[in-house]
Parts: sequence; C-alpha cells; structure tokens
Amino acid sequence: MAQLNITTREVGEVTILDLSGKVTIGEGSVQLREAVRQLLDNGKKKILLNLGDVSYVDSSGIGELVSSYSTTNKNGGQLKLLNLTKKIQDLLAITKLLTVFEIHESEDAALTSFK
Amino acid sequence: MTETLELSIESKLEFVDLVSSVVKSVAAKMGFAEDDANWIELAVHEAVINAITHGNKHASDKSVEVKFVIESEALSIFVRDRGAGFDLEQLPDPTDADNLLKPSGRGIFYMRAFMDEVGRSTHPEGGSVVRLTKRKRPHQ
Repeated sequence: MAQLNITTREVGEVTILDLSGKVTIGEGSVQLREAVRQLLDNGKKKILLNLGDVSYVDSSGIGELVSSYSTTNKNGGQLKLLNLTKKIQDLLAITKLLTVFEIHESEDAALTSFK
Repeated sequence: MTETLELSIESKLEFVDLVSSVVKSVAAKMGFAEDDANWIELAVHEAVINAITHGNKHASDKSVEVKFVIESEALSIFVRDRGAGFDLEQLPDPTDADNLLKPSGRGIFYMRAFMDEVGRSTHPEGGSVVRLTKRKRPHQ
C-alpha cells in the first residue's frame, strides 16, 4: 500500500489535493512533489492541500510542503493549506513556517480566499 | 536499574518504521505520555534518517545501530552510523529568514525541540553517534 494517497478534486478554478497517509522522506514526499508539479504543468495554479487525514509528517515532509509552496509561487500560482492536524501545526510553528503558509480550517473559507 | 536494547539495521529507509515501532513501544512501556512518545519517535526517526542518508550515504554494507538505554527517569537513544560526523553547533538555523524556505535542514532542529538533550560524539571504533535523551515529567 502506498504511504500517501492523493485524491484530486476541482472546485471552480481551485484544485484540492486530499492527502491521506504519511508525508515522509522517500515515496510520500515524491508523490506530493509530482502531484503539485503535474498541476502546475497543466496550468492549475490555485492549489489547496487538504492535510486533515495526514497521519505522519517528518522534516522531509515539511520540506516538501515548503518546496511545493515555493514552486507554486515561482510559477505564478498560490498554494494554501487546509485542515492542519495538531502535529503538523506544531511542526510548522516550531520552524516559524506558520507565518509563511496561508492556512484555513474550513474548505469554504479557503475556496473563497482564492477569489 | 538500567535496561538496554540494541537494534541494527541496514541503511535502508524501509527499516526506519521498524525502529519507530520499537521507540513507541519502549516509550509507552516507560509511561511517557502519548504526545511525548510521539515526539520522541519523531526525533529518533530523524536521527535514523540522517544516519542512513548523510552518515552512511545509503551504503548497503554500512549498518545503523540504535541503542536504547532505559532508566527509571529517562530514556536515551544512541544512533550510530559509519560516517565522518558533523558539528552540531555549525548547523544553519532553519528559522533564520534566509533559511525559512529551504527544503531541508530541519531534522536536527526538531530533535533539539522535542528532546531534553541532543549530543554527538565520535565512536571509538569509527562512525558518529547521536545521543537523544528525554526525561520523564514529574507526574509520569
């Protein structure tokens, strides 16, 4: 079984990636990188990562979130985070990344913020 | 009374989860709170990943040894690789504005955040050893 499952949904111009499982060094991080890369290649530049079902993240996974954010920005897009678990929130807070990402607790509010 | 437990794994990322299971099990048996046990597990995960990737550079003939020293009030985990080591004090701070958006460099920072002590030494028979210690809180 894959460490990380990614399901893609589109709501208007926003693409939501529902992540479930582990975002860790190796497979999980690579899958996320490729999913974001593919969206950008297809001109999908409004990306919302739903992390509500992510059970485990390590420093590589946090690094991949940062990379995804930077890559999206460089391509003229926006990448935002939805439904952070307490653990991910703590990991982002400790490394001062909570201020870097735009974070939402409600999907509706997140979708509205892209308009 | 001190108890010890030692594991040796090949430098393969798929074995990291195995070490993590043992860490969680040992921390729970010692009575650490679930949150603390999860952070200890993450710290050891980061140390073992570093040992495999930076220390042993994924070489299949180089192992990573993980030793648990279980005391009534504290758990220490020693992670040994066969690399040249590094200076803990010379690592860039990932929270500096210049480093904030770098994709790597947070592993040891997390170890320090979640453990009470983090040290590094050179093993007398070669390689580098990272020591992670977590003390139990008074009520645990």
